[in-house]
Amino acid sequence: MPAAGVVMIIAVLLIVVALVYYLVSTIVALRQITGALDEAIAGVGGIIEKSAPVAEVVASINGQLDAGVDLLEGLLVKKAGLPEAMGLIDGLYPGAAAAGLRDVPESGEIKPPRIGEVYTRGTLTLARLGREAPIAAASPNGPALRNPNYGSLAARALYPDVRQTHPELMPRSPVIGEDSPIQYDPEVAVGGPRTRMPERKEHNGNADPSSV
Amino acid sequence: MILEWIGDIILLVVLLPVVVYLLRGVLNAARSIVPSAQGIATAAQAGSRDLDATVLLLTTQEQVKQTITAAADYGGSLDIILDDA
Repeated sequence: MPAAGVVMIIAVLLIVVALVYYLVSTIVALRQITGALDEAIAGVGGIIEKSAPVAEVVASINGQLDAGVDLLEGLLVKKAGLPEAMGLIDGLYPGAAAAGLRDVPESGEIKPPRIGEVYTRGTLTLARLGREAPIAAASPNGPALRNPNYGSLAARALYPDVRQTHPELMPRSPVIGEDSPIQYDPEVAVGGPRTRMPERKEHNGNADPSSV
Repeated sequence: MILEWIGDIILLVVLLPVVVYLLRGVLNAARSIVPSAQGIATAAQAGSRDLDATVLLLTTQEQVKQTITAAADYGGSLDIILDDA
């Protein structure tokens, strides 16, 4: 065999070897891709299966919440009146009145009255005791009046000043009736200030029921 | 004889490098897809696991229904107790 023929056979063999090597490597890579895509398809199938009822459930939840909002807004407007309702909303959530009520489009144009103009002092006091409630602010932009860590002090401040001094004995209510130790002349005593305070007794820490 | 040698030279110098170059390009492209496909598979499985909590939506739905029912009951009572504005 001539030398040129041998070289040609070797060259063809080299080409075939290169073809085999690279094609087999490509096949291995493509099989890896196929396996990964199978896993991806399984994962996507799981996502589709699990998310299928989400739309229906969320729509149901939204429907329930819409009904609740309609109910509460309607009740608030019916009982408090539209301007007062907006005042209450703005007192609880400063700035929220600008958005208005969903079922009353014109409510957003109403200037909400100050909360103090709408509700009594007692209502405001109760509201200010609310834990971290925005209504418990001196002004809509101010900090909450109630300190949640010392809530009892805030509640105690509601009582008259004399109770804050912790007196040993508070003036007691007069005993009334025919057998009372002190007889008051109705013509003098009724409607007037007390002319005589009861005697101070030693405070032993225990209330004396007989003195009441 | 000279033509055979010329053919051998063309085979070794031209054809073999061209074949190797083209096949290597195909192999590199196929290998570059493998990490992307594996990343997609990992993300899909992670997303599927994240959606395991969607079953809790049924509990949320029931809770919302009960809450709105209770609010409606309170609202009905308040409607009776309080005077209208």
